[in-house]
Amino acid sequence: MGLWTALSATGIFLPSVFPPPLRVARGFADELRSGRMLTDIVASLFRVGMGFCTAVALGIPAGLFVAHHKRWRAAFSPAINFFRNLSPLAWIPFAILWFGVGDLPAIFLIFLSSIFPLVLATMVAVDEIPSVYFRVAHEHNISGWELVRRVTFPAIVPHLITALRVTAGVAWLVVVAAEMVAGRDGLGFAIMDSRNGLRTDLVVVGMIVIGTIGVVIDRLITNLTRMPSVRWGYER
Amino acid sequence: MNDSPLQTIKLSRSFGAVEALRDISLKVARGEFVAIVGPSGCGKTTLLSLFSGYDKPTSGTVIRNGRVRTVFQRDGLFPWLTCAENIGLGLRGLSDSGERQEHMRRLLELINLNGFSKRYPHQLSGGMRQLVELARALAGDTDILLMDEPFSALDYLLRLRMRGELVRLLHECPRTVVFVTHDIEEAAQLADRIIVLTERPGRIRTEVTLDAPRPRSPTDPIVVGAVHRILTDMGLESDPSAPEFSL
Repeated sequence: MGLWTALSATGIFLPSVFPPPLRVARGFADELRSGRMLTDIVASLFRVGMGFCTAVALGIPAGLFVAHHKRWRAAFSPAINFFRNLSPLAWIPFAILWFGVGDLPAIFLIFLSSIFPLVLATMVAVDEIPSVYFRVAHEHNISGWELVRRVTFPAIVPHLITALRVTAGVAWLVVVAAEMVAGRDGLGFAIMDSRNGLRTDLVVVGMIVIGTIGVVIDRLITNLTRMPSVRWGYER
Repeated sequence: MNDSPLQTIKLSRSFGAVEALRDISLKVARGEFVAIVGPSGCGKTTLLSLFSGYDKPTSGTVIRNGRVRTVFQRDGLFPWLTCAENIGLGLRGLSDSGERQEHMRRLLELINLNGFSKRYPHQLSGGMRQLVELARALAGDTDILLMDEPFSALDYLLRLRMRGELVRLLHECPRTVVFVTHDIEEAAQLADRIIVLTERPGRIRTEVTLDAPRPRSPTDPIVVGAVHRILTDMGLESDPSAPEFSL
């Protein structure tokens, strides 16, 4: 912050290339007053929420299923790995072609960015469950769906929370990129729009808001680790 | 008629080309405490998996009469459940919830951990965890208790105390026990009969029967004598006539 103020005070850079803090603060106030910032935040959060939650709702059960079935696993692992390593941004052309502009392409891209890492993380977490838990389950007649619900799933929750943190972070990165090219609102669009209007102060405002919300999302997910039934995963 | 809760006939188990166990035939009497000792890698744990039915033999048969529960070396408790919830798993067979609660209370009292029922396993010491696991294994009228080196992750003094606790608990809730350990002294302190396995593939090398009341101190002449016999048999003690340590 001090460095930023000092550098802009020297006047080496043009205010439009390197916007001083005061100008950014004013821009911030303008954006808040006009209500545009709020609609952008809501739009971005909505897209991340939709895409991410769909990925969680499908990815974790898919991971559990694939991990339990050797054949499915052999069949799907290469594909999952391929798509996981394919940047979701590479899908942008198709996302626009298929879904046009607006919420859907962004949700689609966020979904793609989250689901493959989640499936993979779930599979790996299942593999790492100590076999002793399954032996205990066997002796207590826990099997089938009950085994998944009472043993497999709780055993991987600490891993899953870590995976959620990582994927939510990626999803938040992707929404900005998606909105830049396929949006009419949202924080990513706001940055692009400000740049086009040569309002670099508003670009900085956007950057600050995006970073802050990212941190808040991460904090919220990290809070899950405080649940007493998952503490064991972090205290050994 | 066969009253033995656990019997095996020419039991063998191989993993691919590796033969873990060969021709294990043994019969455990009701209420008997059998210890199985042997060098590491001789298939002790595999044997318990076969006893419990979790693993299937390559050849031979296991005849089981009754409900089996295992106490593991470590991490046998579900860490996402509290102590009470873990013990509750052992009481799943009871349909009446009042009865379950009564059993739970009695078990917690038995292991002297009443105040810890809402704690999670990672909040307990290693010895307490093993006691909770023991309580879970004793819950719900198990017939056969399998113990897979249950105290080997603990330090020596705690191990001695836990042996005493086990004797006390078994006095309260008698069970047929198969206790696997690499600790010959532990076996001699606890068991009615010690079965010594050979190195891989594990076969029965010798059997030693101890006819002395429990609890036994580790320095009890009967315990020392049995340890001596087993060590001699394994070729680890040179002079069979001199149990005393001499230079």
